[in-house]
Amino acid sequence: MKILVCLKQVSAKESTLRLSEDSLHVRESDLSFEINEPDTFALEEALRLKEQLGGEVVVVSLGPARIQTSIREALAKGADRGIHIETENAESVDRTWAAGLIAAAVREEKFDLVLTGLQSDDLGTGQTGVILAEFLGLPHATIIMEIQIEESRIKAKRELEGGWFEWVEMPLPALLTIQSGLNKPRYASLLGIKKAKSKEMRRVTPVELGAEVSGTNALRLRKIYVPVKSKNTEFLDGTPKEAAAKLVERIRREIVSSPS
Amino acid sequence: MPTTLTEDQLAIRGAVRELCRDYPDAYWREVDKAERYPKEFIDALTKSGYLAALIPEEYGGAGLGLTDASIILEEMNRSGCNSGACHAQMYIMGTLLRHGNDRQKKQYLPGIASGDIRMQAFAVTEPNAGSETTRIETKAVRQGDKYIVNGQKIFISRVKQSDLMLLLARTTPYDELKDKTRGLSVFIVDMRNVKGKLDVQPLDIMINHHTNTVFFEDVEIPAENLVGEEGMGFRYIIDGWNAERILIAAEAIGDGRWFVDRASKYASERVVFGRPIGANQGVQFPIAQAYAHVEAADLMRFHAAEKFERGEKCGAEANMAKMLAADASWEAANVCLNTYGGYGFARDYDVERKFRETRLFSVAPVNNNMVLAFLGQNVLGMPRSY
Ligand SMILES: Cc1cc2nc3c(=O)[nH]c(=O)nc-3n(C[C@H](O)[C@H](O)[C@H](O)COP(=O)(O)OP(=O)(O)OC[C@H]3O[C@@H](n4cnc5c(N)ncnc54)[C@H](O)[C@@H]3O)c2cc1C
Repeated sequence: MKILVCLKQVSAKESTLRLSEDSLHVRESDLSFEINEPDTFALEEALRLKEQLGGEVVVVSLGPARIQTSIREALAKGADRGIHIETENAESVDRTWAAGLIAAAVREEKFDLVLTGLQSDDLGTGQTGVILAEFLGLPHATIIMEIQIEESRIKAKRELEGGWFEWVEMPLPALLTIQSGLNKPRYASLLGIKKAKSKEMRRVTPVELGAEVSGTNALRLRKIYVPVKSKNTEFLDGTPKEAAAKLVERIRREIVSSPS
Repeated sequence: MPTTLTEDQLAIRGAVRELCRDYPDAYWREVDKAERYPKEFIDALTKSGYLAALIPEEYGGAGLGLTDASIILEEMNRSGCNSGACHAQMYIMGTLLRHGNDRQKKQYLPGIASGDIRMQAFAVTEPNAGSETTRIETKAVRQGDKYIVNGQKIFISRVKQSDLMLLLARTTPYDELKDKTRGLSVFIVDMRNVKGKLDVQPLDIMINHHTNTVFFEDVEIPAENLVGEEGMGFRYIIDGWNAERILIAAEAIGDGRWFVDRASKYASERVVFGRPIGANQGVQFPIAQAYAHVEAADLMRFHAAEKFERGEKCGAEANMAKMLAADASWEAANVCLNTYGGYGFARDYDVERKFRETRLFSVAPVNNNMVLAFLGQNVLGMPRSY
């Protein structure tokens, strides 16, 4: 089975987050980086499927030179080769652009299964995987907690709200977005780290893929800010019905006037 | 930390950090309180091959250098774990590797590399011979194809968590020696199959370190378990000192960074008299100072490790690295405890545990006094005190 895992490098959980001058990002110089958490579970799931069924695990990631450490980490854990799409602005909110680049880089390879994380720890849009599925013309399912392969079909357990789950089934090839916690990701072994050096890492640029360098501008980030902490308790009086009506009114007003 | 860490070294550090994340403060608190051996942590490290870093590839290890190995140990302590529970599995085998014969190496090293054989006990210290190793009294007397051992060792760590113990014992009486550095020999004691009486009594000490008094009563060791030549044991041990000191320095640096991290974070968050305590220079400057000392000691550690890897003489640098790093981590520990105030004493904040643990580096495996004596006498040529 030929499996593709999409990895994103994000700021490490223990990083101190301070806004950049232009309020469009956090200051990179403060950050250390790691693989987006759900993606590590996707990688582990792919490695387990390969161990069961044979085949190949390929990882793809998009971003500046620093993301190669994350690709190498995946290779050290047992992925067979890596694809690095070289671009400066991995954090672009334009996920159509990002998914388009990934699709262009991997389309020819005809993967049987594509796994992504459910969402990224930085932007958290949860879109890249599903848009990629559309671009590749694959059936997909999101928030996956368990996978079973049956011949040329795949069964996947989706997490719903409130402790509910559902099983969905689709033909392969397919794309699944993986939820954290469905397995226990392995550690890179010392020998794995040594071997990773000699594994293939393909590098491509957006231009080589025939795409815009900086995104389509379909979606643009205007500003990020730190919410101001405040606490204010107010009692709405009247009968329950009147109080409820006042509450609805307040919610309407306050959502409209939320900070810009 | 030098900006010149290689890609591999960064990857190793990242991987160890990831592993350590699964053994957070609460795990170590529990282990410490129960005075339990951190078996799960050690198993995870072993399974991923980290303790086999220094074993050559031909014996199933990773064949890495001392700098790489030091990064592994540093990262454990920096992440709040305690490398003292396993560091010896990494370096005790060095004596076997350098001075053992082919048969011994083939017999033991692959098992040590895979973790099937645990060799992390080295019995040197005795009640009547601490810093003065050449005065040890535990005797090994040759009888045909075996040696019979009688005597007592103290502060021998991880005996119960080892299959093999390296033993330094006297094979020629002290009084019969012209050269007092001769007359000692190194043996491999297979504790899975002891003939005679080997009595191991755990010592009740300040930290969770699994160290013991060990009594030998007519313990038989096959003569083939002698490492190298009879009478050369003290030299063999000295050969391992530089590597051990550099690794210990790295562990202390890891602790130092942990203390500085915790202290600066706490100082920025804890508000007293209406402002974070870290805004007061009386709190802030000692933390900054400890940071500077840890970073400076780290340069000596990398300098020593580089010289070691180039095969150059590095006794002075290795000793200085160990002492400077032990001093710096202890300073950082003290500063961290001060910063936490009363909470520094509360077990739930983990500072007191690390504080106890890091204190060891000034004392063992070699006391800072002995480092100064080495520098004063061997490097600066002043008169000897011993
Ligand atoms: C937790 C722990 C684990 C240990 N694990 C092991 C182990 O696994 N295997 C093992 O063999 N040993 C082990 N040791 C023992 C350790 O190596 C010794 O404690 C150390 O070598 C010092 O010996 P000592 O305690 O007898 O001190 P002593 O030799 O009695 O010295 C006491 C003090 O006097 C100072 N001193 C002595 N002579 C001089 C001098 N000439 N000039 C200036 N100062 C001097 C020393 O530096 C020290 O400060 C361990 C110790 C501890 C605490």
